Amino acid sequence: MGELLLELLSEEIPARMQRRAIEDFKALVRDKLAAAGIPAKNVGGTVTPRRLTFFADGIPERQPDRSEERRGPRVGAPQQALDGFLRAAGLQSIDQCEVRDTGRGAFYFAIIQSAGRPAAEVLPELLHAAIAELPWPKSMRFPAAPLRWVRPLNSALCLFDGAMVKVPLDGVPVGATTRGHRFLSPDEFTVKNAFDYVTKLEAAYVIIDQDRRRDIIATGLDRLARKEGGTVKPDRDLLDEVTGLVEFPVVLIGAIDEASMALPAEVLATAMRTHQKYFSCLKPDGSPAPRFLFVANNKTPDDGKTIVAGNERVLKARLADARFFWDQDRKIPLASRLEALKDRVYYEKLGSVYDKVQRMEALAEVLVPHVPGADAERARRAALLSKADLSTGMVGEFPELQGVMGRYYALNDGEDARIADAIADHYKPLGPNDTCPTSPDSIVVALADKLDALAAFFAIGEKPTGSRDPFALRRAAQGIIRLILENRLRLSLHDAFARAISGRAVEYRGPVFDLLEFVADRLKVHLRDRGVRHDLVAATFIRPSESGIASIRTYDSDLVRLLARVESLQKFLDTEDGANLLIAYRRASNIVEIEEKRDGRSYDEPVDAGCFRQPQEEALYQRLSGMRSTLESFLRQEAFGRVMERLATLRAAVDEFFDKVTVNTDEKVIVDGREVSVRENRLRLLSRIRAVMNQVADFSQIEG
Amino acid sequence: MPSRSDTSFQGLILALQRYWAEQGCIILQPYDIEVGAGTFHPATALRALGPEPWRAAYVQPSRRPTDGRYGENPNRLQHYYQLQVILKPAPTDSQDLYLKSLAALGIDASQHDIRFVEDDWESPTLGAWGLGWEVWLDGMEVSQFTYFQQVGGIECDPVSTELTYGLERLAIYVQGVESIFDLDFNGAPGAGRITYGDVFKRGEREFSAYNFERANTEMLFRHFADAESECKALLNVDEGSANRPALPLPAYDQCLKASHLFNLLDARGVISVTERAAYIGRVRALAKGCCDAWLAGASG
Repeated sequence: MGELLLELLSEEIPARMQRRAIEDFKALVRDKLAAAGIPAKNVGGTVTPRRLTFFADGIPERQPDRSEERRGPRVGAPQQALDGFLRAAGLQSIDQCEVRDTGRGAFYFAIIQSAGRPAAEVLPELLHAAIAELPWPKSMRFPAAPLRWVRPLNSALCLFDGAMVKVPLDGVPVGATTRGHRFLSPDEFTVKNAFDYVTKLEAAYVIIDQDRRRDIIATGLDRLARKEGGTVKPDRDLLDEVTGLVEFPVVLIGAIDEASMALPAEVLATAMRTHQKYFSCLKPDGSPAPRFLFVANNKTPDDGKTIVAGNERVLKARLADARFFWDQDRKIPLASRLEALKDRVYYEKLGSVYDKVQRMEALAEVLVPHVPGADAERARRAALLSKADLSTGMVGEFPELQGVMGRYYALNDGEDARIADAIADHYKPLGPNDTCPTSPDSIVVALADKLDALAAFFAIGEKPTGSRDPFALRRAAQGIIRLILENRLRLSLHDAFARAISGRAVEYRGPVFDLLEFVADRLKVHLRDRGVRHDLVAATFIRPSESGIASIRTYDSDLVRLLARVESLQKFLDTEDGANLLIAYRRASNIVEIEEKRDGRSYDEPVDAGCFRQPQEEALYQRLSGMRSTLESFLRQEAFGRVMERLATLRAAVDEFFDKVTVNTDEKVIVDGREVSVRENRLRLLSRIRAVMNQVADFSQIEG
Repeated sequence: MPSRSDTSFQGLILALQRYWAEQGCIILQPYDIEVGAGTFHPATALRALGPEPWRAAYVQPSRRPTDGRYGENPNRLQHYYQLQVILKPAPTDSQDLYLKSLAALGIDASQHDIRFVEDDWESPTLGAWGLGWEVWLDGMEVSQFTYFQQVGGIECDPVSTELTYGLERLAIYVQGVESIFDLDFNGAPGAGRITYGDVFKRGEREFSAYNFERANTEMLFRHFADAESECKALLNVDEGSANRPALPLPAYDQCLKASHLFNLLDARGVISVTERAAYIGRVRALAKGCCDAWLAGASG
């Protein structure tokens, strides 16, 4: 049983790619070892900015011997066939083969024995293949070796049970040595085994384990912030990123110059985070403290004094820029910036951003009645001003502050605080983990923004396909769903989209249905994450017309009601009556469909009560009659529990019918002097079951 | 540390040039046409193509009309200097060579925090890209480090190392001043001292006014069209001139002119977002034509 250690030392690997790379590499080598018949007991891996390291133990010393059997030609086959077989099997003479009777004649069999090779012999090629196959989001060529890697490979260290493994990497040196930290311990040293590797690297100022580095950073940040009487603003992504930028983390703290502290907290945080990867320090009351925290990759003789001073100066210059924008931007009111939006293209063929806010303004007005507490005038004003901050210097410098800056500038202009909040909130929710606006005016503008985006991009045929969604329309749809459901808004999405489509500047003749279907797909995903069955959403969202003809579709685009219907439907189907009725529905609609297809006609005409031949027909008919209008009225009252109760009453009659009645019969009866086919009348009765149930949901969409 | 004493702007340039000359680079002079970055110099853009080894270093004034701030922003200029190094093929010790160049400026790595932070480089107008980093010195971005993968849409084989020093940034750091305009240009004592502002502040004011307000856009559009058609003519893009050899170097000059004219038009705000992509595409087509012709000429 052997221990394998492989370190690939390279130039700096982008932080965002590191974790994925080592996971992929681990899986690749593990699978290849298994496929080669030398599976490892345990595999592990670590990653730093400069090294991917793979560990494995429990690897067998050699591959198992293999014996392969091949059937050859029949005994007595022509010499040519025998020669061909021997060549392919690598044998000299037919005497080396066994003759066996397979029951269908006697055949030659070749038994090919291959001895397993020592693991040490298999590893070089195996590891080379894993290195060559490792996928990177972006990779490059470099002169030393004819393979692509994320950045140039400097060297590789590879040991199997302490012995060097010569992985073929062309000009990249492969051996039993590595180097420590780039500045703190750059000299080469020899490694004996995995334990030796970790110990020596630790002494050479490299903490190879990414989780340990992250913990050291988190603890250091915390300790320094506390010393200042504050806390670190939590930022998981940044923590992960800086973990990938250092091999030997040294957490340091610097001061923000007094004058810059007048900047809005978001500006401070963003300037520090995006450009400098600094953490913010908060006072006990949550406001920004005049300190920033960062992680250096070097331990200097002056304990970081020079490094801190340098970073303080850089930040000061950055924030001086931000202050310049902050001062300049506030001189021009947002309302005066609308003009500039006319020159800002929203998207080719979709007019300017000015056109967009005009459309949003019109939409806001339509949405206000559906959002309790919203005010038409405020919502329209907020919609109009929502994008005005795009022409400010600050948003030009920090695009991620769009909306947030609009709020500050609106307040500065003396706009109503609710308008300012709506401007800040209108891009939200920006993803499944973002909070959803809850203030009435904010809800209106946020909805208008997203409805317009979907309608506009669908209008020019820019629907997301596969993984391509350049305009984040899926996120917009998800945002619409959350805004409606989390705020329990009662509105017809159909009407809202219809209104969005009719907005100025967008000519869209396509059906609203496309948009609704797109939202329905997102809704399925959204509700699935909350344990709601997607087929029930489909069954409830799109209802077939009463006739059951699929091309005529009506839909319930009131998402709040839809959810209530889905929930009661789910409950119903969990009961015995519900499950049974679903089976009966399928049976009825299968029969009708088959017969309709065969006869080339539909059976949705009224049932003729005069030609029943069996009591079960009569009983079912009685149950069904009147049910349509009862269901209709319950549905209108949104009394979905009662709808289901009523449906349940069908079960016995339907079961009895199928038990006792044969649909296909040649019997004819004379009613009012006309000859009526009993079969056709029975089909009409079955069609009626389908129609009544379809009032509630499209049961044909339900699975299981 | 050879030139630690001289931290003046010109002193830094001299020290870097001396260092790279010692590494076998020929020290070239700036190209005499306005460009947005040192990469555009034919010594990089064209020489990065083809198999021949090549090592060069030079200072290149870079013009970025939209970055002008009338000399009022301490950190932004529409005209500044880059020191550009091209090493072909990329040496295996490229990073060490770079770090030693910092040492040559008196920047001792053991005292500082020097980091290679992912920053991939792409020039849509040159049809070029590469992977690399921006180099941080105590949080300040002082250089760009790129392994060239493609220029003019053509694979670079071998791959080159391209280093770009932002000279003003570096000088600000080394001298510890707050504003580019306060940089000590010549390191002379007393009355002989010249600052960066003494040399360039007026230019920043005047060129910002020109770039943003005064440039005659009608003329610029015309010149763009002229440069484009001249470039194509020199590349034999139109049939009829097919018997004369293509002249990739003069053609490339016209391509550079077109690129700068586009930047000026952009600063004047007369190119819409939609048109922008189309203009960049036109310049890229010229650059690609020049690169193709350059390689064809080398083999023929």
